[in-house]
Amino acid sequence: MHIVVCVKQVPDTKIIKINPKTNTLDRRSAPAILNPFDAHAVQEAVKIKKRIGGTVSVLSMGPPQAVAIIKNSIEIGADRGYLISDRAFAGADTLATSYALSKALEKIQEEMPIDMVICGKHAIDGDTGQVGPGIARRLDIPPVTNVIEVTEVNHKEKKVLIKRKQINGYEVIEAQLPCLLTVEKEVNEIEYAPMPNMIKAARYEPTVWSVNDLNDVDKAQLGLKGSPTVVGKMFTPPKPEGGKRLEGTSDEQVRELVTLLAEKKNLFNFDVNNS
Amino acid sequence: MEEYSGVWVFIEVDEEKNIEGVSLELLGAGRALADKLNVPLAGVLLGDNIRGLANQVIYSGADTVYVVDHPVLNLYRTEAFMKAVILLAEKYKPEIFLYGATPNGKDLASAIATDLSTGLTADTTMLDIDLEKRLLEASRPAFGGNIMATILCKKHRPQMATVRPKVMKALQPDDSRLGKIIEEELELREEDMRTKVLEIVKDVTKKANLADAHVIVAGGKGLGDQQGFQLIHELAETIGASVGGTRDVIEAGWLPHELQIGQTGETVTPKIYFAIGISGAIQHVVGMKNSEIIIAINKNPEAAIFDVATYGIVGDAHEIVPKLIQQFKGISKGDLSYV
Ligand SMILES: Cc1cc2nc3c(=O)[nH]c(=O)nc-3n(C[C@H](O)[C@H](O)[C@H](O)COP(=O)(O)OP(=O)(O)OC[C@H]3O[C@@H](n4cnc5c(N)ncnc54)[C@H](O)[C@@H]3O)c2cc1C
Ligand SMILES: Nc1ncnc2c1ncn2[C@@H]1O[C@H](COP(=O)(O)O)[C@@H](O)[C@H]1O
Repeated sequence: MHIVVCVKQVPDTKIIKINPKTNTLDRRSAPAILNPFDAHAVQEAVKIKKRIGGTVSVLSMGPPQAVAIIKNSIEIGADRGYLISDRAFAGADTLATSYALSKALEKIQEEMPIDMVICGKHAIDGDTGQVGPGIARRLDIPPVTNVIEVTEVNHKEKKVLIKRKQINGYEVIEAQLPCLLTVEKEVNEIEYAPMPNMIKAARYEPTVWSVNDLNDVDKAQLGLKGSPTVVGKMFTPPKPEGGKRLEGTSDEQVRELVTLLAEKKNLFNFDVNNS
Repeated sequence: MEEYSGVWVFIEVDEEKNIEGVSLELLGAGRALADKLNVPLAGVLLGDNIRGLANQVIYSGADTVYVVDHPVLNLYRTEAFMKAVILLAEKYKPEIFLYGATPNGKDLASAIATDLSTGLTADTTMLDIDLEKRLLEASRPAFGGNIMATILCKKHRPQMATVRPKVMKALQPDDSRLGKIIEEELELREEDMRTKVLEIVKDVTKKANLADAHVIVAGGKGLGDQQGFQLIHELAETIGASVGGTRDVIEAGWLPHELQIGQTGETVTPKIYFAIGISGAIQHVVGMKNSEIIIAINKNPEAAIFDVATYGIVGDAHEIVPKLIQQFKGISKGDLSYV
């Protein structure tokens, strides 16, 4: 079983700061991390490997510093890492990203056939969740998005059983291998990295490919040139006015609020206790 | 590019053959865009035995409904739905194509955008038209929601976007509206499908309750600790409301994660929303700002939550909430039939 996980280096948006004057991202304000959903994707691949054996590779597209998140993935338990890094990839939107990653996956496939690709549900910087299904289309394999459980993997019969999150609940899906999954955080808990993995990761050097190392690449589909979407303007959402501030002592305010709600009761003719 | 014309909405249907709310909202938003461009609005309706829903799509704003009715389209699967949508899009060439930002809508739109080599904007919350250039302006929160970015797709058609549920407004259905229903045939074989939906499990727990709740009492870090947060549960109990919280509350472990409200949690639109000890960070506000009445209780008069509140009380939650509970308990049902 060969599983390839796509991992992205992202700024930690929990602490990122926006320059209010220029409306641009102050990248120095946030450390670069392994996209949290992708950490779960690697963990899931490692869990499957532990159950049925096989190899876990990780693939990233990004600047040379992205080696750091490949090392993080090795700590979690991945066996191999690939980084595609080239100016030609820069400025890619989701369409150009899925193109470049699928070309790299084709190249990895030459070394060892791929049974499954796993992506995160989305990357916390772009927040789109479009790259995974895009890769699936380009490789012509079925996608299963929003996975919350990989119940069973049967490598011999080339089948997987999966739970997929839906609007109100979940679906149980059977998919043929090879397929592509995108995983939610609920899919697993990240385990502590064992010492040997840490040592391996510290020394690990991934395979790095430039655009010329990939086969049959149409450069017009890469990077900024290959991206149909562009960012027009950036703006802070208009600030609403706010409503009525209640006045007086706390008792008076509470009484006024309850009276105001009582006056509006005709707005809603339902009984909350029964709803 | 000129040959592309018209605004399309993908109509998502659940397994009980009800049209999802977000699709009706998109028909409302799509109607406004189509009127601005002076072009027709169409719905794309796929499924097994779903022809009967076409009229509802027209009543909710569409001029045309494209229907593909086939047993293989019974439950959503990317490969089957994608084939049907691509057939329609290549034949009729819409200039704008909108999908709900639901698991299925996002999955389908991503696949279609790849095959049609066009641009797709994710999780849009504002839609507009630049009339001069006839361009769709799809805006969405960026960088964790502190800022909005408008995404354009200048040279490729259709211009596609997924749109978050509950941010657009559906039209009042009008059964006197007339429209065209166009049905297309498509050859699909079950044997060719590489995925099967074996079972659908409905989860009617708290999460669904939150999305449908008429009254929500939400608490933030301002309650101090888990003990203090009990006040939220108590108030909710008194008035029969559902409980929700901010991400910080969920991260502190005071509430389970399915009760998070906001950008990375649930979007809610109750009649009444109590925001207690909540600062009103933009990521929280996007998930609740469309509530009908918002009541903010916060001890900091400068808190951003007051900007979106219908009624604001500046004060300590530990003092105000017990008094509220007492008042509500003291009221006769007749005086306040909805609580
Ligand atoms: C990418 C990203 C996604 C996010 N997604 C979400 C999301 O989905 N949902 C979400 O909620 N947040 C989200 N956040 C977090 C968000 O930015 C805020 O950090 C969070 O909403 C703040 O929670 P809070 O209001 O409970 O806490 P705080 O910001 O700490 O606010 C506490 C408030 O309580 C008031 N207070 C204190 N004591 C009292 C008292 N005794 N009585 C009354 N008032 C009191 C204070 O004045 C303050 O205003 C996200 C952030 C990022 C970066
Ligand atoms: N540059 C990248 N390198 C590797 N994987 C990526 C990259 N961008 C996106 N992905 C994968 O696609 C998923 C969804 O990303 P996105 O569509 O950008 O939200 C991520 O969780 C990754 O698994």
